[in-house]
Amino acid sequence: MRDTAAYLELQQESGLSASGLRYSAGRAALINGLSLNLPETGIHCLIGPNGAGKSLALRILHGLLTPNAGEVRWRGAPLAASDRVAQAMVFQKPVLLRRSVEANVDFVLKSRRTVDPAFRDTLLKRVGLAGRNKQPARLLSGGEQQRLALARALAIRPRVLFLDEPTASLDPASARLIEDILSEERHHGTLCVLVTHDVGQARRLADSVAFVADGRIAEHSTTDRFFHAPCSAEARAYLSNLMVL
Amino acid sequence: MQSISEALGLAFALVFSADPDLYEIVGLSLYVSLTATVLACAFGLPLGALLATTRFPGRGAALVVVNALMGLPPVVVGLFVYLYLSRSGPLGFLGLLYTPSAMIIAQTLLITPIVAALSRQVLEDLDSEYAEQFRSFAISRAQRIQALVWDGRYALLTVALAGFGRAVAEVGAVIIVGGNIDHLTRVMTTAIALETSKGELALALALGIVLMTLALIVNAMVYSVRATATRAAYA
Repeated sequence: MRDTAAYLELQQESGLSASGLRYSAGRAALINGLSLNLPETGIHCLIGPNGAGKSLALRILHGLLTPNAGEVRWRGAPLAASDRVAQAMVFQKPVLLRRSVEANVDFVLKSRRTVDPAFRDTLLKRVGLAGRNKQPARLLSGGEQQRLALARALAIRPRVLFLDEPTASLDPASARLIEDILSEERHHGTLCVLVTHDVGQARRLADSVAFVADGRIAEHSTTDRFFHAPCSAEARAYLSNLMVL
Repeated sequence: MQSISEALGLAFALVFSADPDLYEIVGLSLYVSLTATVLACAFGLPLGALLATTRFPGRGAALVVVNALMGLPPVVVGLFVYLYLSRSGPLGFLGLLYTPSAMIIAQTLLITPIVAALSRQVLEDLDSEYAEQFRSFAISRAQRIQALVWDGRYALLTVALAGFGRAVAEVGAVIIVGGNIDHLTRVMTTAIALETSKGELALALALGIVLMTLALIVNAMVYSVRATATRAAYA
């Protein structure tokens, strides 16, 4: 179990930080004063019930959505275009181009003017798609498509990798492969921000867990602390429901 | 006036005997309509891509105008081009009236809105699918449009086909600016109109058969390409 010092340190980390984020759709406040501090590396999970605002928060942190209020910062400075170029996101439902497997990766490499067939092949091998270069991407299975989406995201060598339930609806082997790759990325110094409903996955992977409820962070703790001694009533209720199930 | 069966027999004889007059008309029709289609794609595709990927004040009005222009009456286009190309018109000095070039200009004006409006729809649908992923990768606008056009190429082929179909079947504009001059500006549709009015049904029917056959061949080719692409999940 991580100690209190580690927990306090976590609250002061400032790799990726958000303060006072608000996002509304019509009169409904979907993100309601969300603040979060994440270090520059590691795997950090956003968990919480459906409709809590996890995916929305992820999109705001990544810069896909502009909040009505609040700010996202990287290393203490407002998120710049150069920071965005070093970020990638893997969506729950992979969006693949109508091209071959290798052309999907090459598209991203070309956008960074770094076409490198050897690097591309290494990535494909890493996600278990070696030798499938010429296959139409959209004819891959769901798990393979998600792994290709991950390879494409890794192609830009991201400093920050956002993942929105990347293993939802995948078989255990595919999910395991993605988890292994995320663990490797942690060792490479990448910050991975992962939205998941899989509590087991959060336990296995995460350095910290942020619990999202009603569009705000109800609790942000080290993983051990969160699962053994959650301090917010919302997290305790959420975890107790899981135990009943 | 020939009976329909007699005219049909003569028509097939003309087609299979490779009648030089018939094939001259067919050749000119293809030249004019294919050139107009290429030009309309050159203008219409970028316009469609721009409308699909850009948000600007008045975009809604621009879409309404482009969509409305799809139903542009050919005779109005013919009249408009005639006024510009006639000797007293602003472009009269070019001496293009009653030439295939004038017909190409008229057909290009007629089908450019079709290509623009349909390609806008194709590319906008694709863009809505790719948009979030492209923003995530911080893809530039040029790269985005390039990717949309490439990934939408099979659907855009159908758009070009729709433009060609409209061009090759068009009669009102080309008869005004081309004049239906034998061995110079006579195309299939104008020839059919003329021969029918003269009661020469054989040539009119022969041209009709060629026109229909051409339409079938082009459609079959595009269908085949799209079917292949769909099987590979590229369409």
